[in-house]
Amino acid sequence: MTRGDIESLATDFYDLLESFKHAPVYHLSFEIFLVLAVSWLVFFRKPRPIEKKLTEKEKQELIDEWQPEPLVPSVDPNHPALNVRVLDGIVGKTVEIDGRTSLNFATFNFLNFVGKQRIADKAIQAVQKYGVGSCGPRGFYGTIDIHLELEERLARFFNCEEGIIYSYGFSTIASIIPAYSKRNDILFVDEGVHYAIQKGVEASRSHVKWFRHNDIADLERLLAEQEILDKKNPKKARSIRRFLIIEGLYVNYGDICPLQRMVELKYKYKYRIFLDESVSFGTIGQTGRGVTEYYNIDRQKIDLISSTLEYAVGSIGGFAVGSSFVVDHQRLSAQGYCFSASLPPLLAAAAIEALNIMEEDNTTLFETIMDKSKRLHKKILSIKGYIVNGDEISPLKHLRLTNALNTIGRLEEIVQFAQTRDITITVARYLSDEHRLPEPSIRLILNVEMNDEELEFLCTVLQEALVKVTT
Amino acid sequence: MVASSSPPVHVTNVHRRLTSEFHPNEKMGDTVLSPVDENLKQYRFKTETENNSDDGGLQDEEFEETPLYAAILTYLSYAILCLFGWLRDFLRQSNIEKKRGAVDPNAALGFVPLYQSYESFYTRNMYTRVRDIFNRPIASVPGAHVEVVERVSDDYNWTHRFTGKTINAINLGSYNYLGFAEKSGPCATDAINSIKKFGVSNCNTRTEIGTQRYHVELEKLLADFLHVESSIAFGMGFATNSLNLPVLASKGDLILSDEMNHASLILGIRLSGASYRTYAHNDMKNLEEKLREAIVHGQPRTNRPWKKIILVVEGIYSMEGSICRLPEIIELKKKYKAYLYMDEAHSIGAIGKNGRGIVDYFGADVKDVDILMGTFTKSFGSAGGYIAGSKSLIDHILTNSHAHTYASSMAAPVVEQIISSLRILQGPEGKKRIYQLADNTRYFRSKLVDMGFIVYGNKNSPVAPVLLYLPARVTRFNRELLRRGIAVVTVGFPATKLLEARVRFCISAAHTRQMLDTALMAIDEVGTEIPLRYSTRHKSRRFREL
Repeated sequence: MTRGDIESLATDFYDLLESFKHAPVYHLSFEIFLVLAVSWLVFFRKPRPIEKKLTEKEKQELIDEWQPEPLVPSVDPNHPALNVRVLDGIVGKTVEIDGRTSLNFATFNFLNFVGKQRIADKAIQAVQKYGVGSCGPRGFYGTIDIHLELEERLARFFNCEEGIIYSYGFSTIASIIPAYSKRNDILFVDEGVHYAIQKGVEASRSHVKWFRHNDIADLERLLAEQEILDKKNPKKARSIRRFLIIEGLYVNYGDICPLQRMVELKYKYKYRIFLDESVSFGTIGQTGRGVTEYYNIDRQKIDLISSTLEYAVGSIGGFAVGSSFVVDHQRLSAQGYCFSASLPPLLAAAAIEALNIMEEDNTTLFETIMDKSKRLHKKILSIKGYIVNGDEISPLKHLRLTNALNTIGRLEEIVQFAQTRDITITVARYLSDEHRLPEPSIRLILNVEMNDEELEFLCTVLQEALVKVTT
Repeated sequence: MVASSSPPVHVTNVHRRLTSEFHPNEKMGDTVLSPVDENLKQYRFKTETENNSDDGGLQDEEFEETPLYAAILTYLSYAILCLFGWLRDFLRQSNIEKKRGAVDPNAALGFVPLYQSYESFYTRNMYTRVRDIFNRPIASVPGAHVEVVERVSDDYNWTHRFTGKTINAINLGSYNYLGFAEKSGPCATDAINSIKKFGVSNCNTRTEIGTQRYHVELEKLLADFLHVESSIAFGMGFATNSLNLPVLASKGDLILSDEMNHASLILGIRLSGASYRTYAHNDMKNLEEKLREAIVHGQPRTNRPWKKIILVVEGIYSMEGSICRLPEIIELKKKYKAYLYMDEAHSIGAIGKNGRGIVDYFGADVKDVDILMGTFTKSFGSAGGYIAGSKSLIDHILTNSHAHTYASSMAAPVVEQIISSLRILQGPEGKKRIYQLADNTRYFRSKLVDMGFIVYGNKNSPVAPVLLYLPARVTRFNRELLRRGIAVVTVGFPATKLLEARVRFCISAAHTRQMLDTALMAIDEVGTEIPLRYSTRHKSRRFREL
C-alpha cells in the first residue's frame, strides 16, 4: 500500500466519522435501534414452536375416534373380598357363621364389650331419646349434648384438656394429619403405619420422610440430615413445621413404638408428635390408658393422641385428645369433622358406657388382658413352625409360617381348616397399594374373656392345621 | 300452592286438609288420608305427578344477581372487621388487652408455630365474634321440633356455659327431608330390636369377619329400590366419596367436576391422582367446551389420549339449592363417551315421584348414570353412604375400596333404620311423605319469593338458600329467629363466596303447614326489622298480604 492509499483511507474514515456527527438524531437513533433489533433476533429470541391449528373437521374426527377404557377392569371372581364369611348375631367371644358357633379370634373386640347388656341398654335409651341419625354436621345442629359429654369424658380419661370425636375411625387420623401439615411441612412417618395414616399423609401433600419400622437409628439419621439442610437456610427452616407420626401399638406388626427415645428427640429436633393409639387404647397400660401410661411418659409431651372407638370400646367412630391449643383447630379445619354428619347418638352413648366400665374396673381388665396376651404368646411360640410377630403383652399378634412356606394360599388353608374346627381366625387383608405391604399373616386377636382352655384349644387347632398344610 | 291446570274446587279443599296441624299425639302420616275419599286422593296424586313430567318446569331455577348496594356494604363490613381485627391483634401483642384463647405449650421452646398467623386471624377476630350461631348443641331428636340447648357467654364468645334450659324451636336446619328422624315408630323399634339381636358394633372390616346378614340384605334392598344391579354401603357418607373415587379414577384419567361440588368429592378427586378440571356451575356449554378441548388435545404436555373421562356432578347442590341438569348431561356423556358419577346425597329420597332421586325426577334411564352415589344421613335418618351401579362396578369396588377393606362395618341399628325406612318409602306411607315434602317445598319457597327475598335454586329443591349478604345481618337474623323459636342454619365465608352469605332452610316432610306459617311469619318480621328484602325481580310484600 502506498502512502497515498493510506491517506485516502484515513480521509474516508475521517469523513465517515464526520458524517456521523452531522447526521440528524432520528437517523442515528434509527440505526442504533436496527443494530439492537438484529442482535436480539440473532442471539436472544427463542424459536417459537409452530402452533398446530386444527380445523373443526379434524377436531371432530379426533373426538369420534377417541375410545375410552372400560370404567372398571374385570375382577377375579375368586378374590377373597367377593367370598367373605357372612355372620349372624352378636360378634362377641363367639360368632355364628352358617348356623355354627365358633370361637372368635378375629375381631378387634379386645375387652369383649360387644353384646354387653349394659352398653346395649344405654344405646337403646339413646335411640328412645334421640332417634338413630343425627341429621347434620357438627356445625348445623348435629352437635348433640351426648357428643359433648363423650368428648369431655375422653379428655378426662386421658387427663388432657380437650377431646374431639369423629364419626368414622378411618377418617379420624386421615383428616387430622392434613389439618395441621401443609405443603411445605415435613412428616417423619414410620413405614409400618396403617393405611388410614398413609392416606392422611398423602392428602396433606407434605414432604414425607419414611423411616424403617421402629428403627430409631434410621429416624435419627433423617433428622440429622434435615438439620443440616436447616442450617443452610435458617429463614426457610423457621417456616417449616415438622411432625412425627407413629402408632402406639402397630396394627400391621403388633409391636410397640420406642416412645421414650422419640420424646427425647422431640425436644432436640423440635418436631411435634402425633401418636395413633388405635390398638393400644384400652389394652396397654395399667389402667388401659395406652403406651404413655405403659412407659410412664407425661401425656402433655405428646401433642396429639388419636384413637378409635371401633376396637376396644366396641362402638363406631374415632377421637383425638390433647391440649386445647392443638385440638380446637380441628373444629374448623378437619374435613372429616366439618363436612360430615356427626356420630349417631346411640354410638356415642355406647362409647360413654364402655368408658364407664373401663373406669369402674380400673385395673383388672387390663392386667388380665396383658397377662393372657403373654400366656398366648408363650403358647404359640412353643408350636414349631409358626413365627409370632408382636410384643408379648400385645393382644394382637401376627402369625406367619417359616420363610418360603409363608404364602397367602397356605394361610387361607389354615384359616379354612380352623373354621371347620369352630375357630374363627382371619388372614390380615391389605390393599396392594400400601406403602410397604406387610408379609402375609394371620392376625390373631385376643379377647379378654377367653379362658385358658380356649387358648389351649386354639393352639391345638393351629398345630393340626400346620401339619395339614405342610404335608 | 295448587297447580292451576284444571283442578276442581273440591280438590283445593282436600289439599288444605292434607296439611293441617297435627294433634300432638298423632304421628305424621296417621291423620291425613283416612277422612279423604279414596278416588279424590288418587286424582290429587295424579295431578301432581303430571305436572312433574313437564320438563320446562323441572329445571326452573333462579339465581338473582347481587344488588350493587348490598355488595358494597358487604365489602365495607369485611373491611371494617379487618381493621378492627388488626387493631385488636395489635392491642393483644402489646399486652394492653388480655390474650384469650389457648396458648401453645411449646411456644417458648423454639418450635415452629403450629398455625399461620393469617389463618387464625379470621378465627380470632371474625369467627369468634359470632361463634354462638354455629355448633349449637341440641338435646332431642332432630325432628320437626328440636330442643336447642341454651348457652350464654360471659366473655364475648370465647367460652360458653350452659344455663341448663333448652329452647323448643321449629327445626329448619337439620337434614330431615322425609321426617324419618323419629324416636318412636317402626324404624326406631327395628333399630332397638337389632341392638338386642346384634349388639352395637362388629369391630372388624367387611372383608374379614365383619359382614353380617343385614349388610347383605341392605345392599340387595337398595339395589332393588334404585333399579340397579348391585350396590355397596359404607359407614360414612364423606368417606364413601373420598375413599372410593381413587378406586375409580387414577393417573391418566380426566375428571370434570362442577365448581360447586362438595369437599368430599374434591378430596376424593385429589386423592385419586387423576387430572381434574372444573366447569362453571351447571353450565352445560362450558362443560361441552371443556370436554371437546380435553378429547382433542389429550393429556397436557404429552398429548396422549385420556384413558377415560369421568363427569362428577351432584343431584342437589346443598349450598345453592340447584338441581343438576341430568338430561343434558346424559346427552353430553353419550356424545363424548364419558362416564357419569352422580352424588345424590341430598336428592335421594327427597326428590322424584317415588323418592328415587334425580333419575326419577327427570324420568331418565338409571342405566345412563354409571355410578350412583348417595348418603343415608339426610332422607333416611341414619348414617352412612352407598354406591350403586352395575355388578362389575360394584365388584371392582368391593375388591379395591379403601373403606371396604380397612374401615369397620356398619353398626346394626344404623343399618336396620335404613332398611326400615326404605321399606316404608316403597309403601303408601312413603308416598305420603314424598308428597308432603314436595308440597311443603313448593309452598315455602313460593311464599319466600313472593315476600321479596332472594331465594336461589330450583323451585322443587327442598333446600332453600336465602341470601343475606352482610355478615352482621346474617348473625342478627340467626339470633332473632332463635329468639322467636325457629332454628336455622346460616353460612358465610369460607363455606360460600365472600359476598354471598346466606341462610339455608331445609324443609322436611315432618313440617306441618302451620309450622311453616309460623316460620314464615317470623322470617317476615325479622326480614322487615333488618331490611333483607333484596329482590328486584319480585315485589316486597308482607306475609299477611299474601
